[in-house]
Amino acid sequence: MNDDVQRLPVVTDQDVVRVRQLVRTVAVAVKLSLVDQTKLVTAASELARNTLVYGGGGEAEVSRVHNDRRAGIRIVFADQGPGIADLDLALTDGYTTGGGLGLGLSGARRLVDEFEIETEPGKGTTITVVKWCR
Amino acid sequence: MERVPVLKIGEILLVSIQIDMEDQVALQLQEDLAERIVATGVRGVIIDISALDIVDSFVGRTLATIASVSRVLDAETVVVGMRPAVAITLVELGLSLPGIRTALNVDLGIAMLARQDEDIDLLGYEDDTDQVAETTP
Ligand SMILES: Nc1ncnc2c1ncn2[C@@H]1O[C@H](COP(=O)(O)OP(=O)(O)OP(=O)(O)O)[C@@H](O)[C@H]1O
Ligand SMILES: [Mg+2]
Repeated sequence: MNDDVQRLPVVTDQDVVRVRQLVRTVAVAVKLSLVDQTKLVTAASELARNTLVYGGGGEAEVSRVHNDRRAGIRIVFADQGPGIADLDLALTDGYTTGGGLGLGLSGARRLVDEFEIETEPGKGTTITVVKWCR
Repeated sequence: MERVPVLKIGEILLVSIQIDMEDQVALQLQEDLAERIVATGVRGVIIDISALDIVDSFVGRTLATIASVSRVLDAETVVVGMRPAVAITLVELGLSLPGIRTALNVDLGIAMLARQDEDIDLLGYEDDTDQVAETTP
């Protein structure tokens, strides 16, 4: 069950900043701890930049979620880019096709509680992450 | 596009990052700093990140590049003021910032740079005394 879905385009550098700010605002509203806010905003920054740089742009969707025990935040990053051919490789620390550090994807996975990738070559990539309050 | 100001204070350059930088702003800062180091001939750079609530891989990489470039230009960089939550997150992200010197605040950063310059002066002084010792009968 979820409410308050907010969508942002991820098409420019400035949009990546806006995603960080929106995620921070919602993380504060959901009362994540300061360290967990920092982890989630950092993960969102990595994934939004990947959406922009590799996915050719896309969209981020931020929503408050809750199960019977806890509140949390879900963020979905979606693009219609080239997709990721070898997921295991892409999730390896240090693997990059763009001259980065290759830490964005693998690092973001470590920083959240739930991490799911759907990707198909030629169709695009959708990454869903969730962070729960402790 | 916003720009992060680079201030010359005494013999150091001080950069206090007060905004959530888009990637281009971080790259511009990297260029501006290299130019200012050469133009001013300073030996030390302090980058204050106490206002940053996150450091992601892009900003982390930019800080590392700034440190390497300034070292090639004969200046040491000290990154100061990292928040505890940022440090925890950086380590978990897998970014250990190798080659970056850090201090808890601006004052300690300046002290670190001063010590280093002192070491260099001391070496010069020791060389002199050696020469004196050799020529003394
Ligand atoms: N949305 C995406 N669409 C297509 N490929 C992607 C996408 N996200 C990531 N990738 C691929 O996965 C690789 C690893 O991504 P990751 O974010 O870990 O590293 P990076 O972006 O190259 O470097 P860093 O994030 O450390 O600066 C990328 O180099 C790219 O090839
Ligand atoms: Mg990345």
